Amino acid sequence: MTAKTSLMTAAPPPAAARAPEARTLVFCACALAVLALGAVLTQTIANPYVFFAAFIIVQQVALATGWNVLGGYAGYINFGATAFYGAGAYTGAFLLKAYGASIFLCLPAAALVGGGLGLLMGYMTLRVQGVYFAIATIALVVMMHTLVLNIDYLGGASGLALMPPEPPAWTGGQVQFVFLVMLGIAVLAVACARWIEISWVGRGFRALRASEEAAECAGVPTFRLKLSACAISGAILAMTGAPLVFYASFIEPETVFGLALALNAIAMPLIGGKKSWPGPIIGAVLLGSVQQAATITISSELNILLVGVVLIGFVAAAPDGILGLVDTLRKGRQ
Amino acid sequence: MFLDQFVNAIGTGVMLGSIYAALALGLAVTFGLLHIPNIAHPAFVVAGAYVVAVGNSCGFDPLLVALVALVPFYVAGLGFYEFYARLFERRGAADTMNALTLFFGVSLVVETALLIKFGTNQQSVSVAYVGQSLTIGLLSLPYRLLVPALLAPVMILLLWLYLRFTHAGIAIRAVAHDERALSVSGIDPRWIKRHAFGIAAATAVVAGAALIIIGPVDPFGGRLMIGRTFAVVVLAGMGSLPGTIAAGILIGVSESMVSAFASPSWAPAVAFSILLATLALRPEGLFGAHR
Amino acid sequence: MSDPILLVENVEKSFGALRALGPISVSLKAGERLGVIGPNGSGKTTLINCLTGTLTPSAGEVWFLGRKVTDLAPHRRARMGLARSFQIPKPFTGMSVLENLLVPLDHLHDVADPRARAMEVLASVGLAGRAGHEAGGLTQLELRKLELARALAGRPKVLIADEAMAGLSDREIDDVLAILERLNESGVAVIMIEHIMHAVMRFSHRIICLETGRLIADGLPDAIANDPLVQKVYFGEQARH
Repeated sequence: MTAKTSLMTAAPPPAAARAPEARTLVFCACALAVLALGAVLTQTIANPYVFFAAFIIVQQVALATGWNVLGGYAGYINFGATAFYGAGAYTGAFLLKAYGASIFLCLPAAALVGGGLGLLMGYMTLRVQGVYFAIATIALVVMMHTLVLNIDYLGGASGLALMPPEPPAWTGGQVQFVFLVMLGIAVLAVACARWIEISWVGRGFRALRASEEAAECAGVPTFRLKLSACAISGAILAMTGAPLVFYASFIEPETVFGLALALNAIAMPLIGGKKSWPGPIIGAVLLGSVQQAATITISSELNILLVGVVLIGFVAAAPDGILGLVDTLRKGRQ
Repeated sequence: MFLDQFVNAIGTGVMLGSIYAALALGLAVTFGLLHIPNIAHPAFVVAGAYVVAVGNSCGFDPLLVALVALVPFYVAGLGFYEFYARLFERRGAADTMNALTLFFGVSLVVETALLIKFGTNQQSVSVAYVGQSLTIGLLSLPYRLLVPALLAPVMILLLWLYLRFTHAGIAIRAVAHDERALSVSGIDPRWIKRHAFGIAAATAVVAGAALIIIGPVDPFGGRLMIGRTFAVVVLAGMGSLPGTIAAGILIGVSESMVSAFASPSWAPAVAFSILLATLALRPEGLFGAHR
Repeated sequence: MSDPILLVENVEKSFGALRALGPISVSLKAGERLGVIGPNGSGKTTLINCLTGTLTPSAGEVWFLGRKVTDLAPHRRARMGLARSFQIPKPFTGMSVLENLLVPLDHLHDVADPRARAMEVLASVGLAGRAGHEAGGLTQLELRKLELARALAGRPKVLIADEAMAGLSDREIDDVLAILERLNESGVAVIMIEHIMHAVMRFSHRIICLETGRLIADGLPDAIANDPLVQKVYFGEQARH
């Protein structure tokens, strides 16, 4: 997180023109360092609980980042992150049950399923405005949930317990291995989000968010961009879900399509800041850590209530999240 | 046997559909007329159902409780609109999205608050007529469905008359069309919208009464209803009240057909499928005009 | 006689039972300055939307640069060189002024240095000093200029300026008119939709007047100003205000 992210404040053009390559190098170095650190930790920390908790937090980062591609950059609010996450989780579970597939096969398969679902979603809501898109995403969760409940092979309402294959020996155990995989997904998701953000694609997404009509009349293929945003976001969210069954050895529709995940996916980018890639990370790490600590001390209901109140607070007072607040403060001081 | 099942599926579907229309009525006003995407409305309905349950446990008739609770719900609606308007009345696309998130948060807070106060146990009401049925030939109409089903057309008729024949009602329809025209004529559009939002919130408690007479309600009962209510409003064509009841019945009958002839476990997906199909194929609704 | 670069042939647009436009036929020659006037609700906006492709006509055809574009998506027409500005400015908020201009340039392949091109256009409308500012924080006049600059970034052949001067002071109107005149001198045809009469009269080579979706007059500014039909609908309408 060392790269400067004041994209919005727009430094004067000459400086901005020089900076990107250098920043990308720094970003890549940091990404590799994070992965290496994760690998080192799995070798040095003995307590597996650390990795159970860290998995969840890193999963939140990937979830928030995936959500933000569509919700933050392109401005299409998705209340149904769990539809994609669940599709990915059940893709993983199906492949594991049917073929004893490796997690590395489940990830691309889940990404394909999620991307396809995203495309379908985009097509269905092609002719309507953003509000309807948001409502349609709620619809998608209920439909996916109903679908899974009715497929006996996937365990229906009672869920599915599966034994994942042995992890590679060097990782030190199943949870350490799955944690590393999730870390890889999160880094990939963030790198993807960052690339979008600084390229013409992100500029197109932001133009979509500001005014679809003006973007279209300025020569932006809005429909194709909207579909891409849906597909990329859907693929990341689904890929984030795929390791779940390898992590928990168990999967059930109530958790996978549950409220807490859908809420978190929206709350985290909103709390951190929706406009640039560090926002979702900040929100996810903050909210994820607080929730990990809080579930021990307070009930999960109170947890949801608190997140709900914080969400309302941020929407009302600081819609650009913590990064937005920092930006405002910095401008005020100048 | 088949005919019997068919006739009763239709009967149940019509009654359910009428109730869905009652649930969607508040949304037809806020979303259809005011263009405020209040996805928290189903949560308001569930809150209304809880109020009715509490009143009933003190020995009062559910409908009586609902009538009395109209006033506090109206006032709460006014307050909530004021909160919303101060934050988001600038009317950009970004504002709409933030408003959606706000309503999402509010519905969560309402649901979870109910959960914490009352626990996960379902709430229900006890009235004399629950358990009895009206039988006409093959058709058997349980009163627990029939009573709320008759409530809906009454509510819709009253609201329709109000919007058509009173000054405030006409002003609400005018504000839906063109806000500026209204301020020229000397009425404060903000007052009118607040008033309309209050009415929408008030319908939630009656709808809540209808919901809880049908059967027990739990805090998250609103979740499934989001799909049904929005399906009704969109299918009806934004803000069309007579369309609301037709759309409700269409969805109700589809659901009860699926329940009767496929499996009840598929029923929740019916409303959403209809909603998605409507959005994809005919976004202006079945009964709405082209815009 | 040069061929028209933009041609509207018997175009009609209905919303349900309501016919908002047409049938109407209009043509525009390369480098022409065409003024479009008419009271509110006369179909001006519907006409523009049929030109840009935001609406598909119910009947009739639209030709641009000798190609039938009736069913072509707006962004494809924009890339062919049909640009528009919006009556209510629609800046891409959340981006700098410079980036606003990069958006259209991202989708054109023949621009060697998009940033240089964007700065050049910004300078030509007097917004160079604002390049790094957030687009949402501009003044009304600056927003109008940004609308024009964004439309001009891709070197269009036709610019549709939809009430580009509404709500501006007389001096600011002169400012915008000067930009449009310079632009036209560089060869861009301009369609000016405007309520500010003296501005349209001064700017246009030719003016058309719409009323209830139909063309009621087409001619030189002087002829239009003295046309009894135009005077009736126009000044009749204004008298009602």
